[in-house]
Amino acid sequence: MNIVVLLKQTPDTESVIRIAADGKSIVTEGLKWIINPYDEFALEAGLRLKDKFKGKLTVVSYGPPRVVEALRTALAMGADDAVLIDDPVLKTADYLRVTRALTAAIKELNPDLIFTGSRAIDYDQGQRGAIVAENLGWPHLALAVAVDCDGTTVTIDRPIEGGKVTLESPLPALVTFGGAHAIWNPRYASLPGIMKAKKKPIATKKVSDLGLDPADFQPETARIVITSLEKPTERKPGRIINGDLDVAGKAAELLRCLHEEAKVI
Amino acid sequence: MAKCVCMIAEFRSGNFRRVSFEVASEGRRVADALGLELCAVAVGSGVAAKAGELGRYGVRKVLVKDDPALEHYLAETHVPVVAEMVSRLDPALILLPASVDGKDLGSRLGAKLRVALVQDVIQIVCEDGKIKAKWPIFAGKCFAWSEWVGDALPVISCRPNVMSCRESDEPVSAQVEMVDVPVPQARSRVKATDFDTTGKVELSEAEIIISGGRGMKEASNYAMLEELAKLLGAAVGASRAAVDSGWRPHSDQVGQTGKVVNPEVYIAVGISGAIQHLAGMGSSKYIVAINKDPDAPIFSKADYGVVEDLFKFIPAFTEEVRKLKSTCS
Repeated sequence: MNIVVLLKQTPDTESVIRIAADGKSIVTEGLKWIINPYDEFALEAGLRLKDKFKGKLTVVSYGPPRVVEALRTALAMGADDAVLIDDPVLKTADYLRVTRALTAAIKELNPDLIFTGSRAIDYDQGQRGAIVAENLGWPHLALAVAVDCDGTTVTIDRPIEGGKVTLESPLPALVTFGGAHAIWNPRYASLPGIMKAKKKPIATKKVSDLGLDPADFQPETARIVITSLEKPTERKPGRIINGDLDVAGKAAELLRCLHEEAKVI
Repeated sequence: MAKCVCMIAEFRSGNFRRVSFEVASEGRRVADALGLELCAVAVGSGVAAKAGELGRYGVRKVLVKDDPALEHYLAETHVPVVAEMVSRLDPALILLPASVDGKDLGSRLGAKLRVALVQDVIQIVCEDGKIKAKWPIFAGKCFAWSEWVGDALPVISCRPNVMSCRESDEPVSAQVEMVDVPVPQARSRVKATDFDTTGKVELSEAEIIISGGRGMKEASNYAMLEELAKLLGAAVGASRAAVDSGWRPHSDQVGQTGKVVNPEVYIAVGISGAIQHLAGMGSSKYIVAINKDPDAPIFSKADYGVVEDLFKFIPAFTEEVRKLKSTCS
């Protein structure tokens, strides 16, 4: 079984996000970077299958050299190989171009299964998996909170509003992962894993190495751009219910506020 | 046919989902600003009989594909059918719901049609005929505005529960046109479905949410919140600490790696208010915090705060709500 896990490096969930001087990007200095949690869930699910079928798992990512750290973490957790598309043209390319480069890198690996996060916690567009599947002409099963694979078929549970559906597909297929840490419990890298990861290969590629024309990735090819970022308006300081009241008094006063002032209950 | 604004309606279990009407209402508003007609695409099993309903929200014409094979959403079947139907309308703008299925459909549809989609949009503006869309990034710690370049076709999925449903002043039944589009053979399939029939309020659609955190101490204590939620018609959520402790299912988790919610009222019970949690509920209209620690960060975001032991406060508050409800009814 040949598994590819697509992952993205994102700022840590605890990061304070500041808008950069250009008004349309964020300040990246001083941020702590992690593997996007949903991609980490995909990686954990992929590693379990690799262990079960004695398969091979390659992680694929894109971005500047700092992304190597995320890939080393994935290798230390148990991935066999890593591919990083590090090409300055991707910095200004829109996500349609980025997914095109990712698709080209994946094709070279000829996988049976592709796992990736259902969304990334930075720009949160949740489109990558479905686009790669469409580019490849593969079925995709989205938002897995449980996954099972017998080597020829993959099955997932997908939560939707007010219920759950179970989806199934023959391989090859792409699966995107939802859920939470409590479901997937991604493993920590072991010390021997970390030592081994130092010797594992990370292939760095430009789009031209993937058989693509850099001219197709120039800024003017973008069909969509972010023109500005803004911070949410600060909430006005609220009111603490009078602490001199007893419990029943506080309960009555809160209800009065919600019923008469806010008119929401 | 002249250009139009095209909305993609979501149909499930015999009815349009409410978010479809929100998207239709927003579509009408934008279509008026652009001087265009509003059309819709509706696919599903049994959708033909209901398609006219979209007229109430300003849709003039609906292309319909009614087929038992489209009963449950599956990317492999729905995307090619919707892509073909949308293409027949030659739209200047495509809108769809940013529901679970809508986000999936939109992503793959965008790739198929080679057009750029922005997901989870909370505001659309139209300036000199150009569309701009605003969407939350970093789970609401920031917002981004996007624009489409040149003649690129804008595709926007609209976050549920944000845009209002507006019935037209002169509601008419929409003109329904059945289209003949083949449903492709899919390799993947829907193996089983399991829909909640207990009438539990869904977190992402709830107007009132009561969430419990680490302060709840154990799983059985959530019965208290369930009781209050039932009285208020609210949904019960949880912080990551509560989910990681195994007290609540992950589907109840509110926060950066859980659900992002925007109810009218969010009542945080025994939740300290870590930045990841605030990212998931910071856009709620009113925030209420109940915590015995007066220094809990949640109080700095709360419209109303109560410093009290939740195990004393919640039963007292529930009793007050019960009294109010009995005098109202």
